Amino acid sequence: MYKGFSKACLEPKYMKGVKSLGRIGKAAALFVALVLLTAGLSGCTRDKPTIYVYNWGDYIDESILEEFEKETKIKVVYDTYATNEDMYVKIKAGGSAYDVIFPSDYMLTRMIEEDLVQKLDLSKIPNWKYIEKRHLGWDYDPANEYSLPYYWGTVGILYNTIMVGDPVDSWDILWNPKYEKEILMLDSQRDSIAVALLRLGYSINTLDENELAEAGELLKEQKPLVLAYVVDESQDKMIAGEAAMAVVWSGEVTVAKSQNPDLAFAIPQEGTNLWFDVMAVPKNAKNPEGAMAFINFMLDPEIAYRNADYTGYAVTHESVRSMIRPEISEDRSVYPEEEDLVNAEVFVNLGQTLSIYDRIWTEVKAH
Amino acid sequence: MKRSPLIPYLIWMVLFTVVPMVLVLYYAFTVPTESGVTWSLQNFARFFEPIYLRVLGRSIRLAVISTALCLILGYPAAMVMAGNAFKRKHVIMLLFVVPMWMNFLLRTYAWLTILERNGFINALLSFFDLPRLNILYTNSAVVLGMVYNFLPFMVLPIYSVLSKIDKGVVEAAGDLGANPFQVFMRVILPLSLPGVVSGITMVFMPAMTTFVISRLLGGGQFTLIGNLIEQQFLVVGDWGFGSAISVVMIVVILLSMAIMSFFEGEEKDVALW
Repeated sequence: MYKGFSKACLEPKYMKGVKSLGRIGKAAALFVALVLLTAGLSGCTRDKPTIYVYNWGDYIDESILEEFEKETKIKVVYDTYATNEDMYVKIKAGGSAYDVIFPSDYMLTRMIEEDLVQKLDLSKIPNWKYIEKRHLGWDYDPANEYSLPYYWGTVGILYNTIMVGDPVDSWDILWNPKYEKEILMLDSQRDSIAVALLRLGYSINTLDENELAEAGELLKEQKPLVLAYVVDESQDKMIAGEAAMAVVWSGEVTVAKSQNPDLAFAIPQEGTNLWFDVMAVPKNAKNPEGAMAFINFMLDPEIAYRNADYTGYAVTHESVRSMIRPEISEDRSVYPEEEDLVNAEVFVNLGQTLSIYDRIWTEVKAH
Repeated sequence: MKRSPLIPYLIWMVLFTVVPMVLVLYYAFTVPTESGVTWSLQNFARFFEPIYLRVLGRSIRLAVISTALCLILGYPAAMVMAGNAFKRKHVIMLLFVVPMWMNFLLRTYAWLTILERNGFINALLSFFDLPRLNILYTNSAVVLGMVYNFLPFMVLPIYSVLSKIDKGVVEAAGDLGANPFQVFMRVILPLSLPGVVSGITMVFMPAMTTFVISRLLGGGQFTLIGNLIEQQFLVVGDWGFGSAISVVMIVVILLSMAIMSFFEGEEKDVALW
């Protein structure tokens, strides 16, 4: 077919035709050609039902995606992000249409308020009934109209018991000059500012500008002690013994401990952030049907078990927890008990105050 | 009608150069308010706060250091390649170019494991009972990353100018009694200046704007101007401030190019671009 096309192009008669088109005509022809080309390219993907999934880095057992493709004949295009804010900015800017996203609690609220996510069709997600009741109905989405929880956990300090001599029970230790250049902080604004707020004894959802400014100063003061601000690298660095302490999400602990037995995790006494990462469907999703099918698939007990076994994060299914290896399912750093969570607070969306967070974090990073 | 072959390029330029530039300028000079968008210099005023000027200063400093190191390392390498002393100069050329065929991110990532505390370099040092080196996540690591990645951009333009120098001129200088040092200082160096200038420009500009190298090897704490811009667009979503910084960057680069072309003098036709 292409051969014939190029031959036709070379025929003098055809060339004459092109010449007589004139300047504007040629520009128009070029435009039409470009449109046809792009239409042709995107047409290839349109034939097969596809969903675009946007998830945190290293937050799924990717063999599950293949299984979903095999079972439902829906192709999965999988992308990852490092922080809620990365994901939010991309969805907000439009341009890219994802079908399933995994925001955290406060970010979901913000996206509901800004009309960026759509309601779930629970009749298409029968597996939601496996979710423990205590993980449903939180303030970030009281009726679970927009989201179903994927994983939950806390924020704490992962530390190397050989390199850290002092007891790790307070956020203070992250400001101890003894550990200069041995501390890894999260490169994520709400989480890092929350650590400073917790140390100061303030709420992690404070709207008070003075309290926030104090937290900002504290983070700048800490900067000389910090080895690096990272997200996905911290687990590897801790396993390799590159740093003494790292602020991490609780689910990172399982893999880290299994690969380096010197590592331990503590939730400081001042309190922590209790978080939920949820599955939601953006408003501009091209394939909401496929998205519901995907969410349902992820909540299937067998799949949820395999996924949790790989990621090490805490599942929201009671039945699945009992299937998991006891060294994980009975580890209080992964599945904290009620008394570990007395000082825990869930993030809420802060509305206008967020711009202060943006500014503080930019200043800390630039300091 | 003669200009018609230019039309595709014209459309391309308008779509992908002019329109984005106008958009960047628009975002830089406006701020969103409750009643819509108003013209304002607020974004620029913010940039001239000391904290951000320090970031600019740090970016310029690291870029200058990297460019100087590239020149010091690159010039002799280019001379060896252009000279007759070494028979297999295409092998050296290949060694410079082949790493560039690999992904830039991958090459920078590799330095992470080489430089880390228990990494390759320290393993080697401790094997010889030498003191360990902790340079990952410091300015030195960022400079190292820049020099490593941008060195070919210095070597190749200098090489291409050096290899075009008429050997007769060099021989004549020798015949007239100049010693090798004088030949270099008074003949080879001045003739190679256009290559040096394009090399400097080609290293300085990416070194000024990089954000990947400083993010990976600087550990997110040595924010360079590129990181600041990236953060405004990808994390914070403050397009106005991000665009304002980009505009300042464009001005800085235009200025440095103007300074460069001043030094380039009359031999412009030899320069690569």
